[in-house]
Amino acid sequence: MLEIEGLTRRFGSVKAVDGVSLTVPAGQMVGVIGRSGAGKSTLLRLINRLAEPSEGRIRFDGRDVTALSGRALRDWRTECAMIFQQFNLVQRLDVLTNVLIGRLNHRHGVLARLGSLFCQFSPAERAMALAALERFDLLSTALQRADTLSGGQQQRVAICRALMQEPRLILADEPIASLDPRNARTVMDALAEVNRRDGLTVMVNLHHLDTAREYCTRVIAMQQGRVVFDGAPAELNAARITQIYGITEAEFQAEAAAAVNATPAHGFGPQVALA
Amino acid sequence: MSSPAIAAQEAAFLDLRRQRRRTTLLGLLVLAACLLLAAWTSEFHPATLAAGLPRIGEYFARIAPALEWNKLFADVETEGSLAFWFYRLDAWAILLFETAQMAALATLAGAVVALLLAFPAAKNTGAPAWAYQASRRFLEATRTVPEIVFALIFVWAFGVGALAGILAIALHTAGALGKLFADAMENVEMRPWDGVRASGGTWSEACRFAVLPAALPDLLSYAMLRFEINLRSASVIGFVGAGGIGEELYKVISFNYYEEISAILLLIILSVMVIDMLSERLRRRVIEAVA
Repeated sequence: MLEIEGLTRRFGSVKAVDGVSLTVPAGQMVGVIGRSGAGKSTLLRLINRLAEPSEGRIRFDGRDVTALSGRALRDWRTECAMIFQQFNLVQRLDVLTNVLIGRLNHRHGVLARLGSLFCQFSPAERAMALAALERFDLLSTALQRADTLSGGQQQRVAICRALMQEPRLILADEPIASLDPRNARTVMDALAEVNRRDGLTVMVNLHHLDTAREYCTRVIAMQQGRVVFDGAPAELNAARITQIYGITEAEFQAEAAAAVNATPAHGFGPQVALA
Repeated sequence: MSSPAIAAQEAAFLDLRRQRRRTTLLGLLVLAACLLLAAWTSEFHPATLAAGLPRIGEYFARIAPALEWNKLFADVETEGSLAFWFYRLDAWAILLFETAQMAALATLAGAVVALLLAFPAAKNTGAPAWAYQASRRFLEATRTVPEIVFALIFVWAFGVGALAGILAIALHTAGALGKLFADAMENVEMRPWDGVRASGGTWSEACRFAVLPAALPDLLSYAMLRFEINLRSASVIGFVGAGGIGEELYKVISFNYYEEISAILLLIILSVMVIDMLSERLRRRVIEAVA
C-alpha cells in the first residue's frame, strides 16, 4: 500500500505539487488527470524519487520512502518502475539490452556489477528478457536498435524493461501522449494486463478522460498541484469536469493534448538524486 | 507619403544602426590596441620579420638535396641520386615506425584515462561536486603542461627511450581528450539517463548505458584526430631523448647535416599524410558501424 502525506514540491515560488495526500491500496489501477502544469508528472517523479520532495512523506508498506538514499533508494526505484512519455530507451542500443537495463539492480556483488558495465548478462537473464518481449509480441525485434521501432513498440519495450525490475508498482507518466490511437490502445492494454495478471499497482497520468474511464478503477484529478477529485471514474462526468476546471470536457481534452505535445518531456533537467 | 509612425520607426532604426556601428568600431579599436600591445611585449617587430624572412629561404636552400637528373636513380654510392639522399632509409623507417607506435600507444592510454575522467567531468551526469572539480582540474593541469615538459620529467625518471615519450604524450592526451569527451557527453540527450536511474541503475551504470552509446561516435572522432596530432608530437618529443625519429632529427639538425634534415622532414610529412588518410577512412568506417 502506497501512502502519501502532505507531499509538496516547490520550484522557486511555484508549488508544482501542493500538499497531496493519497492512499493507494495494492493492485489498483489509478488514473491521474489534470491540465498541463497541474503537477501530475512531478507527483510521479516524486514517488520514484527522480525529484526530491520539499515537504511531506511517502510510505510504501510502512517504509518511509522519502528517507531512503544510496543502495536503499535504488532498491526502491527498482520496486516502483517508471514509464515515460518519450519512452526513455537508449536509442543506439538494441532492444534486448534495453530490456536488460531493467535487471541492473538485481545483480549483486562487485563482479556482477562489473559485468553489467561490459554488457555481460547471464543466459537466465536473457531468457527472462526474451520471454517479456514475447509476451508483448516484440520477440522478433530483440536484436534491432531501439530507434528503428515505432513509438508504440518502443513504449512496450519500456514496459518490458519495467517488468524486468520485478516491480510492485508501475508509474506511467503520459505513456500514450506521443502515440497514435491504435498504438495508444496496445500500450494501455499492456498496462491493464500487467495490472490484472501480475497484480501490480499502476498509477498512470492521462490527459484523455475517456481512456481514464475505460481503463482505471479510480481517478484522481489535479489542479494547481492539489488533488481536487478522487473517486470512481463514473463520478467524474462532464458536469463535474466543468465544475472543477471551469471548462467543458472537450475543451479540457483539446488543451491537455496540445500542452502534452508542445512541452518537452524532460522539462526539469537532471534533478536525479545521487544514489 | 510616409505616415509619422513610419518616419518615427525609420528614425529609430537609424539611431539603432548608429549605435551598433559605434559599438563595432569601439570593439575593433580595442582589439587593435590589444594586438599592438601583444606584438610589442612579445617583441614581434616588423623590421626583424622583414630581415629574417630571406634567411628562412636560405635555410631551405641549404637543406635542399643536390639531385642530378641523369643520376637520379643511381645507387647509394653516386652523389646526386635519390638513394644517396636517403642513404639511411632503413634506419629511419624503423625509427618512424617506432614513432608511430609511440603515438598509437599514447593515444590509446590517454583516451582510456580521458574516458574514465570525462564522466565525472561532464556537468549533466551530476557527479558529486568534489569529483567534478577534481576531474576538471586534473584534466586542465595535464593538458596545460606541454608534452615536452612531461617528457623531460619522464626521461629524468625512466631514462632515455620511447617509454618516457609515450607516457608524456599519454598524459597530455588524457587532459586534452578528457575535456572534449566531457563536452561531447554534455550534449547527449538525458531521457535515457532518467530511464536507467528510474529502474534502479547506479551512477556508473547510467553513464555506461545512457551516456556512452550516445556519445561514442563523437568520442571516436576526437580520439582519431588526437592520433594524428600525437604522431606529430611523437616526432618532436624525441628532441629531449624520448625515443623515435625525433632523436635522429635533433642530431642531424645540431650537426648541420643539411641534406639529412630535408630527407627526414620529408619522411615525417609523408607518414603523417598516410596516417591521416588511413585514420580518416577508419573513422568513417567506425562511425558507420556504431551509428
